[in-house]
Amino acid sequence: MAVAAPSARTPYGRARLIALGRAVRPIREASGIARGMLWAGAAITLFFVVLGVFAPLISPYGFNQYRAGGVRFPQLAPPSAAHWMGTTVQSSDVMSRVIWGAQTELKVVVIALAMALTVGVPLGLVSGYFGGALDRALVLVMDALFAFPYLLIAIVIAFLLSSSSIGQGVLTAAIAITVAYVPLYFRVVRNHVISVREEPYVEAARALGARPRTIIRKYVFFNVVQNVPPIATLNAADAILLLAALGFLGYGIQPTQGAEWGYDINRAVSDAASGIWWTGLFPGLAIVLLVTGLTLLGEGLNETLNPVLRRRRFGRIEFEPLEPDEPA
Amino acid sequence: MSEPLLRISRLRVYYGTPGRPVRAVDDVSLEIGEREVVGLVGESGCGKSTLGRGILGLLPDGARADGEVVFAGRNLVGLPPAVLRRLRGPELGLIFQEPMTRLNPLLRISDHFRETLQQHEPRLTDAEIRRRSLETLGRMGIPPTRFHQYPHEFSGGMRQRIMIALALVLRPKLLVADEPTTSLDVIVEGQILALLADLKRNFGTALLLITHNLGIVAESCDRMAVMYAGKIVEEGPVAEVFREPAHPYTRELLRSTISLETKELHSIPGAPPNLVDPPRGCRFHPRCPDAMRVCAELAPSERTVGEGRRALCWLHGPAQRVPAGWQLPLEREAIGVADEA
Amino acid sequence: MAGTSLRTYLVTRLALVVPMVLILLTLVFLLMRVAPGNPIEAALGGHVPVSAIKQIEHRLGFDKPLLTQYGNYLWDIMRGNFGRTITDNRPLSQIIAQNGAATLELTFFAMLVAVGVGVVVGLVAGRFRDTPLDVFGRLFGIVVYATPVFFLGLMAQLVFGVWLGWLPTSDQASPITQALLQTHTNIYFVDAIWDRNWPALWDVTKHLILPATTLGLATAGIFIRLIRVNVIRTLRDDYIEAARARGIVERRVVFRHAFKNALVPVITVVGLNLALLLGGAVLTETTFNWPGIGHELVLYLENRDYTAVQGIIVVFALVVVAVSVLVDFLNAYVDPRIRY
Repeated sequence: MAVAAPSARTPYGRARLIALGRAVRPIREASGIARGMLWAGAAITLFFVVLGVFAPLISPYGFNQYRAGGVRFPQLAPPSAAHWMGTTVQSSDVMSRVIWGAQTELKVVVIALAMALTVGVPLGLVSGYFGGALDRALVLVMDALFAFPYLLIAIVIAFLLSSSSIGQGVLTAAIAITVAYVPLYFRVVRNHVISVREEPYVEAARALGARPRTIIRKYVFFNVVQNVPPIATLNAADAILLLAALGFLGYGIQPTQGAEWGYDINRAVSDAASGIWWTGLFPGLAIVLLVTGLTLLGEGLNETLNPVLRRRRFGRIEFEPLEPDEPA
Repeated sequence: MSEPLLRISRLRVYYGTPGRPVRAVDDVSLEIGEREVVGLVGESGCGKSTLGRGILGLLPDGARADGEVVFAGRNLVGLPPAVLRRLRGPELGLIFQEPMTRLNPLLRISDHFRETLQQHEPRLTDAEIRRRSLETLGRMGIPPTRFHQYPHEFSGGMRQRIMIALALVLRPKLLVADEPTTSLDVIVEGQILALLADLKRNFGTALLLITHNLGIVAESCDRMAVMYAGKIVEEGPVAEVFREPAHPYTRELLRSTISLETKELHSIPGAPPNLVDPPRGCRFHPRCPDAMRVCAELAPSERTVGEGRRALCWLHGPAQRVPAGWQLPLEREAIGVADEA
Repeated sequence: MAGTSLRTYLVTRLALVVPMVLILLTLVFLLMRVAPGNPIEAALGGHVPVSAIKQIEHRLGFDKPLLTQYGNYLWDIMRGNFGRTITDNRPLSQIIAQNGAATLELTFFAMLVAVGVGVVVGLVAGRFRDTPLDVFGRLFGIVVYATPVFFLGLMAQLVFGVWLGWLPTSDQASPITQALLQTHTNIYFVDAIWDRNWPALWDVTKHLILPATTLGLATAGIFIRLIRVNVIRTLRDDYIEAARARGIVERRVVFRHAFKNALVPVITVVGLNLALLLGGAVLTETTFNWPGIGHELVLYLENRDYTAVQGIIVVFALVVVAVSVLVDFLNAYVDPRIRY
């Protein structure tokens, strides 16, 4: 969906405000379902963001804490008043681990997406706008990677990095996820740039002699960036699943650095044989809830902003009585 | 006088929006006789497409119709959808503007015909279906060898012919053609128009030809109606309307047409009005060079201006209903930047 | 006529495969070489004397110049030789044949579940857009997608395995069945049918249910979303309106025109989904102790067995490329407009 370029008569800042207003209008006009998704998703996501950011304040115990006041927590205790979600085999409080896990997820995913955007978007912009050999080469490489399972790419990168100086940890996991998603952003941005590049107003700017840098900055970037929020949100949902998968396989963060939901579920697998359910259920539900929230938010955004899917509400139509026919 | 094939009486079609409805067709009356070719002209957004679709009941979600569309003794407005559906095809046909996208790309032409014929005449044999399809296609200039091809193997002009054939294979009494040649080049346009003009002779079908191109109307139609802002402002036999237009809008339209004698370009200042909130009085008054004071206050009523001719304009009276002093020319500022419709 | 254009398309398409495969193979090669430290040491270090390490290095060709290694690597792959593992000196091709078959069995049935559930829910949701049916369908798709496959598997194991005791929670088949089943294709399901060994078939099926359904459900979300969107888009298409203008019944318009056309991209989606499925297979196999190639990958990763990892990744790459070609070919077959 292309937005008309900011008019030359209006100062750039005012144009952005106008565009912002225009961007918000679809949300007000959208059908009830899209709006419901948007707000529900935003609420859930916000909830987890708060959990993650304020984990030290909200969580009753530390993520590795196995005793308080000199008394060791019970091992594998079912949910009770003292431990709402029970305890693990290492006597950690499950609820605390879930809350601290939110912080881990947020940390890693935000870093990873920021890096992926920083690498993927400029690459896509440049490659899409200038074309040529560089573009063809990049497209070939990115397409090859794009078809490859994210998880495998991430595992391999995490595996390689873990034996390097960076070691295992937040940064490794983040880099692994970044590498998996750069082709996606590259491709999306590049495709959009190519379609925008052919728009009449860009051609006009070129004909007037504007430098490529200016064109990219003023018209192309602005346009393309509009498409990023829904994609980034849905991507964040994916990234959380990817991080949890890495954690499950043992390539996430170190247990000493923080709690991670996927890692906890891995630990819970051996508990399952004895019928112990709380060590796996709660971290798992946390993942489901957060990813659902992000997906609702992303799809809600998509539906309100994407003109193809947008459904406007129809008002009631009342026909007023006509004046009687006159003899001609 | 014999009952016309189709009688539209005080039809209104409004589109729903988040705000107030769009009054696309606002109190329109029109008659089409058997085997008649009636042209419906107007600018983009005047409601002519809506009128055409409204006849067949093919309105989008959120739209509602009111009034009468009498066909074969029944009012189509308000008929149950299932009953209306059965009329589409055998009785009423509709062809669209863009032939390129109106055929299912995954189905062969033969499949399209078989489906249409089997839907309405389920007891036809395969041989019958094939014969009738090929016959109609043949009249449209499509050879039988291409019967089993896919839509993308045909050019735009040929696809439009296929669409016309599909519409005619069931021998409807009335065919509504919504800008059938607008997206085709001029030479193909001529061929299609010749086909359409022959309809009444070869198929006994009446035709409502919706277009913004006056030239087509002059060539192909018996009668014409001019639409503006959801209303019919003039109607009559083509030759007479062209010779002596009764409504200022018609006159301006004719003057805007480019021909070999054109010395300088003429255009009607301003733009068509917003159909959610049309102008008071006569809808054309903001752009009318002959506007009087009354035109801005009171809506004109339909006047008979000749044999089988009518116009919706205060210029034709009735004089006694115009308050004193209001027949003076309307004063207004020069029409500047057009209101966005 | 139609056949020739399809053939030309296939040839052109296959030609494009070569650069893609080369890039992937090169990337894998570089990645493995770029890894810091000595791969042999990493895999065997501490258990084996230095001289033995040098020997193994020589055997695997790690002491040759990089370019030669690259050349040998490509040459080997073309002949179907994917190398041998460092840790237990098994030929990769054997691993691929045995474990690959298990993965194939799992992913095939998972795909059936995914497509079946996804298409049905997607079609219904798209047709009845914005009704409670649609809302429920979409929510179902979202939640199911949000559920990590290993979490779903864990819960399934708890409920159906431990608490209800209906289904087995690990392995491809019970030890007895494995001992008795003749190896024809290595795909237990097929082998059981081949031998008409019905008790074995039942046992294999029981073992398949949980993993395949888990993996299938987890990947169904994509289908639901895409098919729903496609149905909505197709219902907006011009030929739909034109069909209605000819008086075609709504039911037929929806099924014959809208649904059929909306499903065309399903083939592409299946292909695109393969990547997700393969990733999920790795996780599912780990959860259910399924002896597939994904599980082997994880084990070899833990043991830092570089050549094994390299070999398996190469196989994945080749499979991905092969499926993408197949998908394009099927697409061209179904949609006559695509053949260029």
